[in-house]
Amino acid sequence: MEKVITAHQLTKKFGQFIATNAITFDVKAGEIFGFLGANGAGKTTAMRMLCGLSKPSSGEAKIAGYDIYTQTESIKQHIGYMSQKFSLYEDLTVTENIRFFGGIYGLSQQQIKEKSDALIQRLELSSVAHTLLSSLPLGWKQKLAFSVAILHEPKIVFLDEPTGGVDPVTRRQFWDLIYEAAAKGITIFVTTHYMDEAEYCDRISIMVDGKMEALGTPLELKQQFKAVTMDEVFYILARGAKRIE
Amino acid sequence: MSAVVLDHIQKWYGKEKTIALKEVSLEVEEGELFGLIGPDGAGKSSIFRILTTLILPDGGKASVLGKDVVDAYKFIRESVGYMPGRFSLYQDLTVEENLHFFATVFGTTIEENYDLIKDIYVFLEPFKHRPAGKLSGGMKQKLALCCALIHQPKVLFLDEPTTGVDPVSRKEFWDMLKRLKSKNITVLVSTPYMDEAGMCDRVALIHQGKILAIDSPEGISKAYPFDLYEVKSDKISVTLNQLRKHISVKSCYSFGDVLHVSFEKGFTAINEVLDAITIDHLEVKKIEAGVEDSFMAYMTN
Repeated sequence: MEKVITAHQLTKKFGQFIATNAITFDVKAGEIFGFLGANGAGKTTAMRMLCGLSKPSSGEAKIAGYDIYTQTESIKQHIGYMSQKFSLYEDLTVTENIRFFGGIYGLSQQQIKEKSDALIQRLELSSVAHTLLSSLPLGWKQKLAFSVAILHEPKIVFLDEPTGGVDPVTRRQFWDLIYEAAAKGITIFVTTHYMDEAEYCDRISIMVDGKMEALGTPLELKQQFKAVTMDEVFYILARGAKRIE
Repeated sequence: MSAVVLDHIQKWYGKEKTIALKEVSLEVEEGELFGLIGPDGAGKSSIFRILTTLILPDGGKASVLGKDVVDAYKFIRESVGYMPGRFSLYQDLTVEENLHFFATVFGTTIEENYDLIKDIYVFLEPFKHRPAGKLSGGMKQKLALCCALIHQPKVLFLDEPTTGVDPVSRKEFWDMLKRLKSKNITVLVSTPYMDEAGMCDRVALIHQGKILAIDSPEGISKAYPFDLYEVKSDKISVTLNQLRKHISVKSCYSFGDVLHVSFEKGFTAINEVLDAITIDHLEVKKIEAGVEDSFMAYMTN
């Protein structure tokens, strides 16, 4: 199967401090890959490298076939990104946001129109299509932000805590969207602090002190660490952390 | 006496009068660890801002330690500690300077109240000369808690102290709160994480500016209006979709690697429902509802 991310001994040092320490892993096309770890474990640093925003200190990685040292612009064109903090423009309407991001990703007017209509229908946003984003509930915004992040049909989408603070019903609807995107072949790379969401991933990695200490399906990890829930797996690993953030 | 009282509090914002709080009433007893549980945008921060006298309610009455939040704002500001949702310490002051600053503002010293913050401050001590802006999320949170405690408040208001914090640090934080309880400080804390409700004496579930329920975490779970079953399946998403379409199923949600399926109380034909599912090897058992199950039932009914 096609590999959309390959990382080999990927490392980032800030002076003496090794933020990301020689991580090696692959992610397959259409896979939902959970990227877990305690605060300060090195997740954000790793994600910034994978998105082409930060140069590694050593190691290799290819994203959608592009090299993370020399082809960062091509990487940016073939990925989508969404975080809890920055997603869409609050002072633009729903349709304006879609049009803006469609334009940024170089879609034609015709494409934007078609995708915009389909999206608004899928997310049941017709009644608020011309409403400013600032007056929508967080859960709706997050679902829209995700859909906008995959508007240009990227090979892979990076989601940084996309469901933080979202109500329990909408949080599950958000995962329905993730499954739909994965079924279309879009690879999902997601971080979360909800351990029930870790179960929804095809495979999970857990970072501890900059190293990838565990990698496998939820079932494999639970067996490996003789745990009943992913919560327990996380505790066992994160408690072993030496680094004080 | 109740430490905190909200009596039909209303709040709206802006020219369009967007409703933030709809007649919210609740009482927090002295020494209680009380949780406000709800997603972002539910109105939790508005409640904190009214109780800390930072904004005025548009209707209803509120009091802290028996004093009205509008009339007695000076008394309240001196008597409570507040940790806002957004990190709001001075980023360019060091850990020690921030703590010293807040102590001075309240006319006290770090030494005088060191006992209260000792357990938390030990984590920070190695970094006491570091600017607050250069601390990690978990450390900022601990410093903010120290600064909110340094004047020995009688009531502590914590607005989403654990949001964006990993499960291990979250647990550490709740252990700290439990220890504060033993020092007879009343704590009102908000969180979007349903699993944290279990750490509180009592909780209020809040959604879209309305209180859905107020009770002990056990009481909230017991009040779940349906019979709840856990279903395990190798093909979780197909099973979920088929169950949702079944006429007898009230709701079906994924919970990690299992499904929670609800039926009317006393429903007996579970086997017939399961027979209609085309997936083999389903494992089914009756379970007690949790706070998250109850929250979703309230939200959707």
